[in-house]
Amino acid sequence: MARITAGVGSSHVPLLGVAVDQGKTRDDYFGPIFAGYDWTREWEAKEKPDVIVLVYNDHASAFDMKIVPTFAIGCAERYKPADEGWGPRPVPDVEGHADLAWHIAQSLILDDFDMTIINEMDVDHGLTVPLSMMFGTPEKWPVKVVPLAVNVVTYPVPSGNRCWSLGEAIKRAVESFPEDLNVQIWGTGGMSHQLQGPRAGLLNREWDNKFLDLLIGDSDAARWIPHIEYLRETGSEGIEMVMWLIMRGALGHKTRLLHRHYHIPCSNTAIGHIVLEPAD
Amino acid sequence: MTDPNMTAHRATAARRNIHEYLAELEDIPGTRVYTAARARRGYHINQFAMSLMKAENRDRFRADEAAYMNEWPLTDEAKDALKARDYNRLLDLGGNVYFLSKLFSTDGLSFAEAVSTMTDMTFPEYRDMMLNGGRSPIGVRSIKGGY
Ligand SMILES: [Fe+2]
Repeated sequence: MARITAGVGSSHVPLLGVAVDQGKTRDDYFGPIFAGYDWTREWEAKEKPDVIVLVYNDHASAFDMKIVPTFAIGCAERYKPADEGWGPRPVPDVEGHADLAWHIAQSLILDDFDMTIINEMDVDHGLTVPLSMMFGTPEKWPVKVVPLAVNVVTYPVPSGNRCWSLGEAIKRAVESFPEDLNVQIWGTGGMSHQLQGPRAGLLNREWDNKFLDLLIGDSDAARWIPHIEYLRETGSEGIEMVMWLIMRGALGHKTRLLHRHYHIPCSNTAIGHIVLEPAD
Repeated sequence: MTDPNMTAHRATAARRNIHEYLAELEDIPGTRVYTAARARRGYHINQFAMSLMKAENRDRFRADEAAYMNEWPLTDEAKDALKARDYNRLLDLGGNVYFLSKLFSTDGLSFAEAVSTMTDMTFPEYRDMMLNGGRSPIGVRSIKGGY
């Protein structure tokens, strides 16, 4: 049977992709950020997951305002890196796992989550930057990916509770897939940042770290954090952190911390990263 | 399900009042949350900006901004704000930063530099603020509450 063996949380700032693509990951500015991912790159090389359920948001790349799905799952065989206006990132195409993706999609719908199915799309920095952070610059990504895109742009975005529940349903879906697969779930985006208006540049080290604390152990307090708290405390784009709750919800009742990293700043954003395993 | 605490939380979530929810989103200083109302108002601004994802459209826009904008059902107000790259005004008109970022890239601006134009700082000042830990949330969490 397939099983979820670990959860990873990570920011997905586009500038990190630029640093990777231009070979600047060890300079004075980026060095301390990337150093915090060294542990994870080594760990991933040993863990060798088969598939990543990669929770992220599209940033006006694959989706425009014509259609705004709250939760969408990629069921395609492969995905190309999107041209976000600066040209596509020079990274490998992303290979999907259509069998598992369709299984999860069907299972979620039967479990009362009305998913949007995606058969064709390009994937932007929200998905490719975390792959670069965790796997570096291989010829070919060493995993297959099931993209799970969440609307965190147009309000109302899904509640923390709904995201956590979706994670719980993803766990049930993965565990009912007959093939023996090592599956990880990644929640990406955040941490504190605001990219708009006179309040732009807001960061909140204290709140971000409190949020990381809440993901460890058997507390489910984070699922009840209301949107307004993310907005006030972590900036308008800090709301992306609800996507980490899908990851946390998929790890079951209790988690154990394997690795944790926090750094300010990367461009406009606070970088947060956590690796958890189920501890039920 | 039988945990009384969880049941209480569920009940609270279910009671969430849409009017209170939306009013709270307007109570953050210097911030325009991209609500349905803004998304409706700014639909054509954002779809116009989205069109700049294509290199050929960027070239046509650069060659003659006014002519390219005239192909879109934009109000004069929106066209003026786009021409002036007045991003705060564009947020008021329903623009969203992820769509407007296609205009940043068309202009060859980094995200951080474009974002800094919405603050009262120059780009070097903004960059220094970020290097020094960013803007503190103290005093800019709530308009009504003033905290
Ligand atoms: Fe994002």
